[in-house]
This record gives sequence, structure tokens and C-alpha cells, in this order.
Amino acid sequence: MSEKIIEIENLYVDVEEKNILQGVNLVAGKGETHVLMGPNGAGKSTLGNVLMGSPFYTVTSGKILYKGEDIVESPVHERAQKGMFLSFQNPVEVGGISLSNFIRSAVAARTGERVRLWDFKKQLAAAMELLSMDPTYADRDLNVGFSGGEKKKAEILQLLMLKPDFAILDEPDSGLDVDAVRTVSKGIREYQNLHKEGTMLIITHSTKILEALHVDRVHVLVDGRIRESGDASLIEEINQNGYERFLK
Amino acid sequence: MNAENVTEKTIVSDINRSVYDVRNEDKDAYRFAAGLTEEIVLQLSKEKNDPEWMRDFRLKSLEIYNKTDMVEWGPPIDGLDMEHIVTYVRPKDNKMSATWDEVPAEIKNTFDRLGIPQAERESLAGVGAQYDSELVYHNVKKEVAEQGVVYSDLESALHGPYEEMIRQHFMKLVPPTDHKFAALHGAVWSGGSFVYVPAGVSVEIPLQSYFRLNAPGAGQFEHTLIIVEEGAYLHFIEGCSAPKYNVANLHAGCVELFVGKNAVMRYSTIENWSKNMYNLNTKRAIVAEGGKVEWISGSFGSHVSYLYPMSILNGRGAKAEFTGVTFASEGQDLDTGCKMVHNAPDTSSYINTRSISKADGINTFRSSVVISRNAAGSKSSASCESLILDDEARSDTIPAMDIKCDEVDVGHEAKIGRISDEAIFYLMSRGLSEQEARALIVSGFADNVSKELPLEYAVEMNNLIRLEMVGSIG
Repeated sequence: MSEKIIEIENLYVDVEEKNILQGVNLVAGKGETHVLMGPNGAGKSTLGNVLMGSPFYTVTSGKILYKGEDIVESPVHERAQKGMFLSFQNPVEVGGISLSNFIRSAVAARTGERVRLWDFKKQLAAAMELLSMDPTYADRDLNVGFSGGEKKKAEILQLLMLKPDFAILDEPDSGLDVDAVRTVSKGIREYQNLHKEGTMLIITHSTKILEALHVDRVHVLVDGRIRESGDASLIEEINQNGYERFLK
Repeated sequence: MNAENVTEKTIVSDINRSVYDVRNEDKDAYRFAAGLTEEIVLQLSKEKNDPEWMRDFRLKSLEIYNKTDMVEWGPPIDGLDMEHIVTYVRPKDNKMSATWDEVPAEIKNTFDRLGIPQAERESLAGVGAQYDSELVYHNVKKEVAEQGVVYSDLESALHGPYEEMIRQHFMKLVPPTDHKFAALHGAVWSGGSFVYVPAGVSVEIPLQSYFRLNAPGAGQFEHTLIIVEEGAYLHFIEGCSAPKYNVANLHAGCVELFVGKNAVMRYSTIENWSKNMYNLNTKRAIVAEGGKVEWISGSFGSHVSYLYPMSILNGRGAKAEFTGVTFASEGQDLDTGCKMVHNAPDTSSYINTRSISKADGINTFRSSVVISRNAAGSKSSASCESLILDDEARSDTIPAMDIKCDEVDVGHEAKIGRISDEAIFYLMSRGLSEQEARALIVSGFADNVSKELPLEYAVEMNNLIRLEMVGSIG
């Protein structure tokens, strides 16, 4: 394996005193695309959120190493500044700031530099076009009144603009129609092209979005543990037989 | 303890209650009345070279002031030294001439953070002259004069061709009998602006009182009188985001707007009085048939505020909008709101306010909608949202409606909320610190006002919010 970006070691996580993750181990290297699959309620989103530092979960034991450094105690924004990213399953609506200004602040926070407006606008317009987003959304309040599909696209737009080193995509396809799934998938491919060394963990319970993507590793999470890891052929197997084999 | 001690204390410390508490012991009606005398008012009038009618008006107001009881509906104002009201009225008599050294550090720091240059800081703090702004003011004055617009300080206007017009309008909307501080204002008003926009003239650039903040005596009992004639348009901006510091901590200004038939007047205020200030300001507009008044108001400063701009819709189809933000932080008790009086058919009013409360700050929002018998077909709607930043802060919304007519449409909606942890997590996951995330959410919440302001004011207002948010994390 290439240089390790993320190493999860025997991770236990609680939410409101309930044990969700029960000893998760997962390692991903630079430039790899990993997929985390599993039935509803297995703890997939919990893992994604915990990696980003969500305040709603408590790590009770285990380690999360990002670029070799344990980040369990790091504040959320520091993880982001070091190149981590989470695309949210249900992004929050924030009134009074436009999508465009928000992404610009995020890029500035990520790079620690002022973002040149002209270059930024050009890049943003190109990324929005790739995602078939109506350009007027750039000036609309962040996620406010966006449809489910528009919110997901806006998350992928942020992925493309921020070019994180480690991106967690939490169900980027849930609730989307066929065309939107295709667009989101195209956006993810674009990220793979733009940032060859970028590592991804895609959380999903459907396989549609993975069809046109290069995938290095697949992990199956059941009841808070990774039951099996394998190459991309695991996707096809789950697609045909479901999770039954892993549920015993 | 004598008056000088008290005033000197006022200069250096923000709010030193112990000083006032001691004084309360010998508070009685006689001394109260003795605070402001006819002699003092006459002297002020003489210095201002008032016309005779104005001198008489001041004396009559003084009489009313002495007969009127203290206001009682709002937050406590016993920190005001009413026994020695003269120290607020004539600070110079008490050797209160300020120097830069005496300006509180808190204010100096805010200037630093807002990036305001030294020369301007001194003038904003009331201890220096702002030459640049004077120049800008004169240029603006010249430019609008070419359209027949009058823009000057009220004192000079009283000695020119508009004296009669001023006489017919001055304190007709806010009579001295309105409340004790209106009477006080009538007796001792000083400084302020006079704007006259002739019929059909649309003033393209907003006129800004900021540029004449430093006229002698301005800023404490200033009177703003604006007359916008039929079909004309004016945007007037009062104040600025820099903390306005006054050695005397009472502000009892008065704003009167006369909006003619089919005229539109927008009155924007960003107010950031220093946090020792008692801001007891009275603002009122009367709107003729088809005309419209738009109040845009951001209140950040002061220790205690009483502020309820009133719009009297006096002709068919007249409209009023009030868009406001108040931010009450530590030690602030802001009693604000607005009053809409529908006094003609088919009139409409719209209230859209946001309040933000932090630390032990208190926001009280009072709206009053009055619909008279002759106002059939009128509409009024109000939306009031409050954001509470922590467990200590308080926010109350008190809507009052007095509806004497059946065929009307009146609505009121109030919401109260907190910043959600989900939103903070989301913004932080994009690299913003918790403080930045909170400031961004609060600025966004206040965008009903910021999006209505000219860009430079909107930017200043967001900077102010950022400053207020510093240290708000537990």
C-alpha cells in the first residue's frame, strides 16, 4: 500500500450512551478510493461523522490517525484545515450567506490565503456547470430552500472547490433520481481526476453510484464492526445477493 | 459629594453604580426640579442665537419637562443622574472637556479592530475635529443643492429662508408633551440635521449624518428634521458603526420625518453608542397619500435603549416598513420596537425584526399596531425573530394591536431560536473555527438589515457583529 492517509484502530464509539461502533479497523492509502457499505443502522454514517469530529458522538476507545497523527482530540475545523472533508447526508441550511461566499471562506480557511475573486468565480462556474447546477444558486443562501438533489450537488461542488486530501462522502446518492446520481458520480470522478492523491471514503448502501467509479477497496460494516473487506468485486456480489451473507 | 465628582467619575468609568446609589439618598422633588433652570435654557438659547419663537418653545418645553413624570414602562434608567440633569445638558460647565486619554480603553480597542484611522477615532470619540468628513459633507451639500435640496445643520437653517418651514414642522410630530425626554429635548436640543427635498426630486446618493457628527454639541440632543415633498425620494443614513462615545451618558435625540404624497423616504441607522449610554431617542414619521417610509435600523450600542420609531400613515395607500436588528450583549438592556398607526384607508405596514441576545443582554421588542376606524382595507404584518446565544441571555416580544376597523388584515409572527450544534459542526467541517462559524450564523441572521444597507455600511455592520461575537464561546 502507498503512504497511509487514514488509519482507524480498534475504534469504539457511543452515541447517547449507546455503543454504535465496536472496534472498527480500517486503513486507506494516498489516492485510494474506499467504499463503506452495509445495511441501515450498521453505523456507517457514525463512522463518517466521527472521523470529521462530530460533537454528537463520543469516542470511547481506539485511535484515528490522519497522516500519521492521532486526531481524536482535534477540533473539527483543524481537521478540515489539514485537508479532511465530509460531504453531509443532510446539509444544514444557513441563511444570510451565499453558497459562493461560503465556499470562498472555506477555501480561504483551508489554504490560509486570500482567494482571488476572479479565479475563484471562474473555477466555481466551471464546477457548477459540470454538476449541471443552475448558476444562480451561487448567489442563493447556503442550502436554504435547495431541493434534496441540489443540496447533494452543492456538497460535491464543495468537494471540487476544496480538493481535500481525505474526503468522506456520507451517502452522496441517497434520495436522488437516476440523473442526479449520474451527475454526482461524474462530480466524484472529476475529484479523482483533479486530485490524484486524494483519498476517498464513500459511504453508501446502494451500488448505483459506484458503477462508473474506480474503487480500490470495499468494506462491509455490520452491527458496528467491519465484517469483510475486499476489492471492487465485493460490490457486484452485494448487488446480487444483498447483505444476507454478512448478517449471521 | 458634589456634582463635579459625579461627572468626573462618568468620564473615566463606564457604569459605576456605586456613585449613583449614594446619590439616591437625598433625591427629592425640589432638587429634581432644580436640575435644569430657566436661566440655563435661556443662556443656551442666547448662545444659539435662537429666533424668539424658538426661545419661547424651549421655555415652554422646560415647563412641561418639570411637570412630567419619569417614563416608567421600560428598563430601569435610575443610573441617570436626573438631579443634575444640567451636567448632561451643559457638560462644559462642569469641565467635562474630554481628551483622548480619557476615552475608555474598550472604545479605543474597538476603533483598533474596526481599523479606523487615528484622526477619525479622535473625532468619533468627540475629542477632535474630523476635517476629511467636513470636506465630504460640504461636497455632498453642494452636489444636492444643485437639485434644490437643502442639507444643513438645523441651527443654520433657522437663520435662513427655511425658518418658517422649520417653525411649522419642528416638534409637531413629537410634541414636548409626548414624554419627559421629549420635553427635555424641546428645551435643550442642539445640533442635528435639516433636510428639505422639493417635489419630484430624487436624491440619488444617500445623505449621511455621519459626516457631520462632530458639529459642536451634536450627538446628544440632536434634532433631525426632514421634509420630503410630493413624489420625491430620499435615503438618509444616520450614525456609523464606530462606537459613538460621549462623556455625558444621556442621548435624547429626536427625528421627525414628513413624507409627502407619493414620496419615498428611507431612514437608515446603524447605532453603536458606547456601553454606558442611556439612549432615549424618539423617532416619528408621518406619511401622506401613496407615500412610503422605510426604517432600516441596527442597534448595537448603549447600556439602556428606549427606541420605537413610529409611522403615522395619514393618507390613502400610505405605506411603512420597519426592518431592524438589535444586538444586546453583556450589560445591555435594549427596549426597542416600532409603532404603526393606520389612519387612512388602504394603508399597509410591514415589520421585520431580528434580535440577538448574548451574555446577560436583554432584548425587549414591542410592536404596536393601531388601525383607526377610517382605515378600511388596511394591512399589517409583523415577523419578529430572536436568537439567543446562551442560557443567560433574554429576549421578549410584546406585540400590541389596537384595531378599530373590521375590514383589515393583520398578522403577527414571532420565533425564537438558538444556534444549532448541527450548523456549527457543518460550518466547522469546512475549516471555520467555532467563533467564525457562530459569527457567520449571526451575521446571516441579521441580513434582513445588512442587505438593505449600502455595501460599506453592511460590511461595517458585519464587522461589528464579529466583534460582539468575540469571546462568546463558553
